[in-house]
Amino acid sequence: MWRILLSRLKQGHRTVAYPGVQPVMPERFRGLPVVEPERCPEGCRECASACPTDAIQAEPQLALDLGRCLFCQECVSACPEGAIRYGTDHRMAAREREDLVLGGQPLESVRALDRKMLRLFRRSLKLRQVSAGGCNGCESDVNVLGTVVFDLGRFGIQFVASPRHADGLLITGAITENMKLALKKTYDAVPPPKIVIAVGACAISGGPYAGHEEVHDGASSVVPVDLFIPGCPPHPLTILDGLLSLLDRLGPERAAGARGHS
Amino acid sequence: MSAPLLSMANGARVAHALLPCLELGAFREAIVRAPSRGRRVSALFGAPRGKGISLYVVLSDDDAGLLECARTELSGDEFPSMTPECHEVHLFEREIAEQWGVVPTGHPWLKPVRFHASYRKESPAAGRADSRPPGVGIMSFFRVEGEEIHEVAVGPVHAGVIEPGHFRFQCHGEHVYHLEISLGYQHRGVERKLVAGPNKRTLHYMETLAGDTTIGHTTAYCQILEALSGRSAAPRGQALRGVALELERLANHTGDLGALAGDIGFLPTQSYCGRLRGDFLNLTALVCGNRFGRGWVRPGGVAFDVDASGIAELEQRLAAAARDVASAVRLLWTSPTVMARFEDTGRLERSTAAELGVVGPAARACGLRRDVRKTHPLGIFQLVHIPLSTAESGDVFARAFVRWLEIERSLEYVREQLRELPRGAARRDCAGLESGAFAVALVEGWRGEICHVALTDETGRFAAYKIVDPSFHNWSGLALAMREQQISDFPLCNKSFNLSYCGHDL
Repeated sequence: MWRILLSRLKQGHRTVAYPGVQPVMPERFRGLPVVEPERCPEGCRECASACPTDAIQAEPQLALDLGRCLFCQECVSACPEGAIRYGTDHRMAAREREDLVLGGQPLESVRALDRKMLRLFRRSLKLRQVSAGGCNGCESDVNVLGTVVFDLGRFGIQFVASPRHADGLLITGAITENMKLALKKTYDAVPPPKIVIAVGACAISGGPYAGHEEVHDGASSVVPVDLFIPGCPPHPLTILDGLLSLLDRLGPERAAGARGHS
Repeated sequence: MSAPLLSMANGARVAHALLPCLELGAFREAIVRAPSRGRRVSALFGAPRGKGISLYVVLSDDDAGLLECARTELSGDEFPSMTPECHEVHLFEREIAEQWGVVPTGHPWLKPVRFHASYRKESPAAGRADSRPPGVGIMSFFRVEGEEIHEVAVGPVHAGVIEPGHFRFQCHGEHVYHLEISLGYQHRGVERKLVAGPNKRTLHYMETLAGDTTIGHTTAYCQILEALSGRSAAPRGQALRGVALELERLANHTGDLGALAGDIGFLPTQSYCGRLRGDFLNLTALVCGNRFGRGWVRPGGVAFDVDASGIAELEQRLAAAARDVASAVRLLWTSPTVMARFEDTGRLERSTAAELGVVGPAARACGLRRDVRKTHPLGIFQLVHIPLSTAESGDVFARAFVRWLEIERSLEYVREQLRELPRGAARRDCAGLESGAFAVALVEGWRGEICHVALTDETGRFAAYKIVDPSFHNWSGLALAMREQQISDFPLCNKSFNLSYCGHDL
């Protein structure tokens, strides 16, 4: 007993001050990419051909699809002009799939749920997680939100064991053929109104497995998606920012702030 | 007389032509006799050769630190199963049957592994009428009959935030007679896509075979490329790979001890270790920008070096984490409530573990001296050794305690490496793969032995690439550890193995 109390004293208070205080990400953190099409030399396709998931199109103008991006270094190393680089902004979520395509414009801010849905879910959102054909990286960093560091419960967000107790699904993985039916059944078991959140490149586009016969290239192939959170895997704060933006829990000035130029 | 197998070292390559091609009888004999000769089966797989199928085997001789390899050409669509005489190949043979449609006749438990169609259109997977896959999870499960026996089916969607799998328990009340585990839900067809590589996706497949083992699998892959190109990695890069591998072990072992505490409702250690796992992941992110080490390990060395100030910060944060993890974990061993739940739960007998070919902490918890870092060292582990940690009791306690011993030793190892990093570049060029070659690389990931085997064609592209995640060996160990246990102990037993679904399903 005394040992436990003593250890409690030593371990201290560990919950981050977020969202009150903005987090400092490691210098080498690969957050929201900065895309500058004006730097592109005529006819250059180096980045597009280096990209492992075809997330980049070079013509007619440079554009990077965050939903396919694995946040590797290939395009940055391939570009002779530095037209693509990583920023350290962790905020990357989007409501619409096409908003994830960056072409030099700032990323659209996340539109919160409508008033009716906010009244239901803003202070209490129960989610069922479905893991459907990825690498367990996204699952790990979703799990981390439950630790004392992020303490997801303080926002009223909780993962529940049954879809019947849930307000929505949080989906990871590329949706394998072998998980398609289980995902559909789980979705059907959630009582409406319900929301769906796709976390990670796999759940948005199939990620590294896009185009495989064995997968269905993301959650949208089976269920309608309300929020896309890119990353491979997304940082826990990227996921948290997406969830809180959707629930309008970050305050108007934060939600409206332009992303991507930190 | 034993069959003439080819002995090679971890991380070596040979010309495919030099790999002994045995008669099927001699090939079987080599495998069947492996356990009595003190050898383990690290890999056994099929690959197409013309219209037929060749089988390849990699046996590990842990005492000599050598790998024994051979192949055989199957003349028809079947071969006599080796499983009845050498139990540890049971899942390998099921995999061969499913992938290539060749039947290991006499296999006692020939069921699907990943529920996909055969890779050979003309030969349906063994036991199936046509080439269509049967539908995941649809197979005959082992059943215990009796008036008061009931069956509990769990998954693929579980209660927690975890990967999908299906568990079928045969119970009498709380008592579990048998557990059968059916996987394949995470099957995304990676191995098939590696053929004809490497290409621009290959490295990213390796980093996501099992996302929590990014460093382990990517290191194995890079060692394969280095073997095939005949270029060793830069010494500084090799040392940093060692740092990366041990940081990965630290994060996962710490997380596992926290989760074990959580499964028995011991909240202090659960809370502390949950945070500390993240602290170790953040050390990896400090170096390479990603908590799971994506982008760090690359052919020829590592893509991210550390400078003096980076080393100083790593050392300082590591010291703080080491202090806190010690205080968090020692609570486990001094709390009778914890020990009462850990001890004697989910015991795996040493002989059973050996028979099944169990690897990693689960094997070491039974007293088996299986650790690639020690028995088949490669890279930095050849120069700087890490002690092997074992326990005897084979129960949840032993699996937890081995993790703690390894945490202590990995902490020491990382600190030592950071103090004495070799000078020079962290990466050197590594291109041009030898054609018609065969290469094997083993890495001791945090779950156990990771085995990669590559065969190249006449243009230096992969003709076949085999991946054996430690979970492939160990899932059966979990199933047997659950026998005669309470079903309520399943979460605890499961976590004490903490196996990978995606690494198994590929």
